[in-house]
Amino acid sequence: MTLKVTGLVRHHAGNAEPTLKGLSFDLPTGTLTALLGRSGAGKSTVLRCVMGLEPFEAGTVEIDGVVVQGTNDVSPAQRARQLNEARARLGLVFQAFELFPHLSALDNCTLAPMKVKGLGRSAAEARARSLLAQLGLEHHVGAFPERLSGGQKQRVAIARALAMEPRVLLYDEPTSALDPSLKGEVLQALKRVDATGVTQVVVTHDLALARGMEHVCVLDHGVVIESGAPVQVLEAPQHDTTRALLRDWG
Amino acid sequence: MRPWLLGAIVLSATAWAAPPPLRWGADGQGGAPFVFQDPMDPTRLIGFEVELADLLAQRLGTRAVPVAGPWDKLLELLARGDFDVALNGIEVAAEKKRVALLSRPYFAAAEVLTVRRADPSAPRSLEALKDKRVGTLPGSLAERIAQRFGADVRTYEGGQDEIYEDLKLGRTDAVLLDEVIAAYYGELDEAFETVRGDFGVVEYAIAARLDDQPRIDALDAALGALIADGSLRRLYERWGLWTPATARLFGDSALTPRGPAIEYERWKAAVGHLPPFWERARTRYPSYLPLFVKGAVLTLLASLSAMALAIALGVLLAMGRRFGPAVVRAACVAYIEFFRGTPLLVQLTMIYFGLPELGVRLDPFFAGVLALGLNYAAAEAENYRAGLESVHRGQLEASQVLGLSTLQTLRFVVGPQAVRISIPPMTNDFIALLKDSSLISVVTLTELTKTYTTLANSTRDHLGLGLLVALFYLLVGLPFARLARVVEARFAQHLKREPT
Repeated sequence: MTLKVTGLVRHHAGNAEPTLKGLSFDLPTGTLTALLGRSGAGKSTVLRCVMGLEPFEAGTVEIDGVVVQGTNDVSPAQRARQLNEARARLGLVFQAFELFPHLSALDNCTLAPMKVKGLGRSAAEARARSLLAQLGLEHHVGAFPERLSGGQKQRVAIARALAMEPRVLLYDEPTSALDPSLKGEVLQALKRVDATGVTQVVVTHDLALARGMEHVCVLDHGVVIESGAPVQVLEAPQHDTTRALLRDWG
Repeated sequence: MRPWLLGAIVLSATAWAAPPPLRWGADGQGGAPFVFQDPMDPTRLIGFEVELADLLAQRLGTRAVPVAGPWDKLLELLARGDFDVALNGIEVAAEKKRVALLSRPYFAAAEVLTVRRADPSAPRSLEALKDKRVGTLPGSLAERIAQRFGADVRTYEGGQDEIYEDLKLGRTDAVLLDEVIAAYYGELDEAFETVRGDFGVVEYAIAARLDDQPRIDALDAALGALIADGSLRRLYERWGLWTPATARLFGDSALTPRGPAIEYERWKAAVGHLPPFWERARTRYPSYLPLFVKGAVLTLLASLSAMALAIALGVLLAMGRRFGPAVVRAACVAYIEFFRGTPLLVQLTMIYFGLPELGVRLDPFFAGVLALGLNYAAAEAENYRAGLESVHRGQLEASQVLGLSTLQTLRFVVGPQAVRISIPPMTNDFIALLKDSSLISVVTLTELTKTYTTLANSTRDHLGLGLLVALFYLLVGLPFARLARVVEARFAQHLKREPT
């Protein structure tokens, strides 16, 4: 499934300049893409806009060539329906995981499939157990989030998102809250998901993680300034800002 | 025809033909000798007005049914239609006549001063009352006299016994009250001295609603007959109440009683000298238990019903305030501020006595539960709002991106997390509500506190019965506190589970 963002403009009230200034990117089906950029470049904002958690002033979001957000000639009810349809195909893994603390890992993964998709408990549990096992959490299905390590929480959050069978999965800083030793776990998890053909977009500050991706986009001041394969963008950057970024982060 | 069917028909016909009972309002907390619980058998209501009501009902060809209500609210309850007449030391006064019809007086008594014996500074005349602390009953002739002579008047909503207790403890300098009250409460104690003088005469009459002239006419005729055949005189003599003022009122030349004051002596024997606590606990308190249990059941029923209403309404208010549009939010805030910012007693009085003006006449229990529920809903709403706001915004966003509806988010994500936060303050509120439910005695309901105050005044045992009623409140409240801890632990199990 392709994800195409075109001319996205988002101006937060109180800020002198827009956070997104006509940002665009086009990601083919099944790619694993890193969005890099300094703090304030607009990386998280674009994810939130795509998920409909924040409104935006201009631009469109398309999935498989169908505009799912940003069309102005629809009623609020139609817009809400479009958003729901878009969310059914999109997933987001939050920087702070946002697991439901009162539910076990298994229940975190079954709640939405049962309540939103109407799946029966046994089917939802079977799918959740399978996903948790794929992510190496088969021994933690009954654990509450409070008792999981950061890396385990991150993987439960991925399993919860995958349980809704999204075709595009977005990650907001998936390694920022993790111990360096756990970052490998996350990259492995992303690779496992990649093998299923899900299009993935990962906002990150982590160059090591970005090097493991198939595609990299560098954002600066609300626009994409450079994109391509990691070997091309990270080893031979064309843009001064990218070079400065790599120098500072390296 | 089958015998049982015939019996049923006869019984129904009898019930149909029987005149309605005479429902008379009185406050048992007022104490002896008016209407009070028999100290030796508190399940029995006794007093000269109890017997008077029975005599009058007999004359009217019906039976008398007492209805309890606070003394200072009797005329309001009468106007509301909670009973047919108020018969409980209602003084003949112009302001009473403005709100009710009064019968011919059925009793008269002189006002007397009671002071501490051998107190050199005690006031012994009306002129000496100036700037003295004088205890009396609110809204009484004695209060008006004391005020007229510049006394520092202290009135008591509770029983008469408390007025004399305060005098004994030196909190007041004198008590100005009707001679019958002084005889039953003041003169029992050797620490007091009764000062008689020309302090004024009070007359008691029966009150009926302003539009109920036929009833007053019938009561006047019945009273006339009871005076004429000597029934009332005999009644008052037994209670030690045949006063010169009453003799003059009835046109009777015999100012002194002819028979022994059996009931007065019985009262003195029962409460004149309280036995030690452990003896009371052994010999008297067991017979009080059924009354306390009855009061506790009413307290519990009212509190549970009110809490259920408060929780339901509190949830709606909290949701409205947290998630509603601006108009709903403003309405919820206005509700919360109004009910939180005004006294519960005012709200209860408005609901019970005020709403009938708008044609809404609520049953006492329902009115009590409604007032308590509406009031506590404001507190609950704030508890739940605090609970809702304690749930991180990210949890809502996570629910949103998973496609959960607002209702599903509240039910499965926010609710369970908010409930855990809200349970401790909710438990506190329930315990507070349990105690505040004592206010429903204003609307004729004899709950736990009213049971205590009435009994304490009838038996002059405030401390021992106070401990007993405290024990009942604890017995009622503690299981809920324990239950709340269990529920809270259940909602917090995700925070306690061992690592897996």
